[in-house]
This record gives sequence, structure tokens and C-alpha cells, in this order.
Amino acid sequence: MKVRVYVSLKNGVLDPQGRAIHHAIEGLGFSGVSDVRAGRLIELEVDETVSDAALEEMAQKLLANLVIENYRIERV
Amino acid sequence: MRSAVITFPGSNCDRDMAVAVEQVCGGEVHRVWHGDAALPEGLDFIALPGGFSYGDYLRSGAMAARSPIMRAVIEAAGRGVKVLGVCNGFQVLTEAGLLPGALMRNAGIRFVCREVKLTVENNTSAFTHRYLKGQTITIPVAHHDGNFFADDATLDRLEGEGRVAFRYAEEVNGSARNIAGVLNEGGNVLGMMPHPERFIEAAQGGIDGRALFEGVTKALLSA
Repeated sequence: MKVRVYVSLKNGVLDPQGRAIHHAIEGLGFSGVSDVRAGRLIELEVDETVSDAALEEMAQKLLANLVIENYRIERV
Repeated sequence: MRSAVITFPGSNCDRDMAVAVEQVCGGEVHRVWHGDAALPEGLDFIALPGGFSYGDYLRSGAMAARSPIMRAVIEAAGRGVKVLGVCNGFQVLTEAGLLPGALMRNAGIRFVCREVKLTVENNTSAFTHRYLKGQTITIPVAHHDGNFFADDATLDRLEGEGRVAFRYAEEVNGSARNIAGVLNEGGNVLGMMPHPERFIEAAQGGIDGRALFEGVTKALLSA
């Protein structure tokens, strides 16, 4: 089965990449976009024996840096 | 004095670091590969060099921090062995949990490669005691992810405990409180974005990095 781990920057953490993307969107002439935050999507192919606890541990130990990032795990 | 310089796949300042340690600290310098499970016996000093370990995949330093040799480095740091991480080495140390905070993309987006002025904030550690407190020194930087971030409580604690080793004396990368280098609680682990190993002799354009390596040697001799 597929598991998606969404990693995003915590609120309050400056996101220079998001800001650059925002500038580029405006440069293309789109209006009404007030903020852009860039994150990361990691897809794992796992078998049924992989527990939620193990997925949490993977996210906390490697996939996200909890100093600056939040994560959300979704089984597809 | 016995030292080790760790090489990760993608390290590119490991040779410069080994030369600096050899020439300034002297003694034996071992080159250690990231896949090794153990460090040489009886080390006094371990240096993690700059570069782009694992191509900065996932986050700068993230993969290297989980490599086999880092378990041995964490264990050695716990025993009080002196550990210096420069640039990517600093990123690895934060990712490994040996130092607080994280190093994010430079606030200005661009890679910054130039000489910068630093203020010495702590001159009591093994690494910094050959500098004067408040001294302005010049050391080169070369990084894309040098923007130091930590929450306010952590920053206050670092400042209160004298663990900010160096501060940028000019705007470089958006780092919180202009922090360029931090020490761990025990004072035996230093991470810094600027490259002291690139400024150890006049032919390199400056010598302000030399005192850091001299300091490590002196600290070990007097210990």
C-alpha cells in the first residue's frame, strides 16, 4: 500500500523558497495570491505489516526535522 | 594529538580540513569514511568537513547524520572528545542532534561565497580561547543553507549560556540573531558555517582561522 508523508515548514519559520515562488507567480501576472509555502511530499510503498507507530518513527527520525517542520501521514 | 576527518559521499572540504589539522594541530590525522562503523582508538579531535553530503538530499546534512560513523561520533562527543563541524559539517551536527537549531535556505535564496566579518562572542571554549572576546575576524563562507534557525527560547538559552561562539558582523544569510557558530552544552562540540580551515596561512588570503586549530591543540595539551 502507498503511504504519503507531507512535510511542511512550521508556522513562523521563514520560507525563502515559498517567497521566491510567490514572486514568480506574481511575475506571471496572477493576482490574489497572498502567500506561498513550499513543502515536500514523500511517498512510501509499504506492506500491511508496517504499523502506524513505525511510520511515525520514520517521520520523526528522518523524514521531517521537527525543529523547523511538521509532518502529516496519510495511508492511501 | 590524534585527529580524524570524516568524509561523506559529497564532502569536498575534507582534504582542506585534513591539511589544516595536520599543519596547525600536528600529530596524527586519520581520514575516516562515513560507512565505517568505528573511529580510530584514542581520538582527541574529530572534524566534519564542508561539502554537499549525499547531494543535500532530503535536507542538508540529513542523510550524513544517519550514516554509520555518526553513531561513533555521537558517542565520542558524549565522552568529551572535541568535535568541529564546518559548513555541511555544522548541518550534519544539527541534524544529528549534537547541536540545537537547524540550518535553512539562505534568506536571500542565493548561494553566498565570500569573506565575511565575524565577531567572537565566546572566547572561553577549547576552540575559541585564542581569540579575544569581541574581536572581529575575517573568515570565508560558501553556503546555500546557512540560515540558522531555532525558537526564541532556545536562542535565549544559547545566549545566556555563552554558547554563541561567533556572530556575523554583517548581514550574510538571515541567521537568527546573526549566529554563525554555536557550541553544545559541554563546550566540546562547535558547529560553524564559515570555513576556518580556508584561512590558516597568508597564501590563502588570511590567517584568522588558524587560532581556532591552535586553540584545540592548546586545550588538549593543558587538559
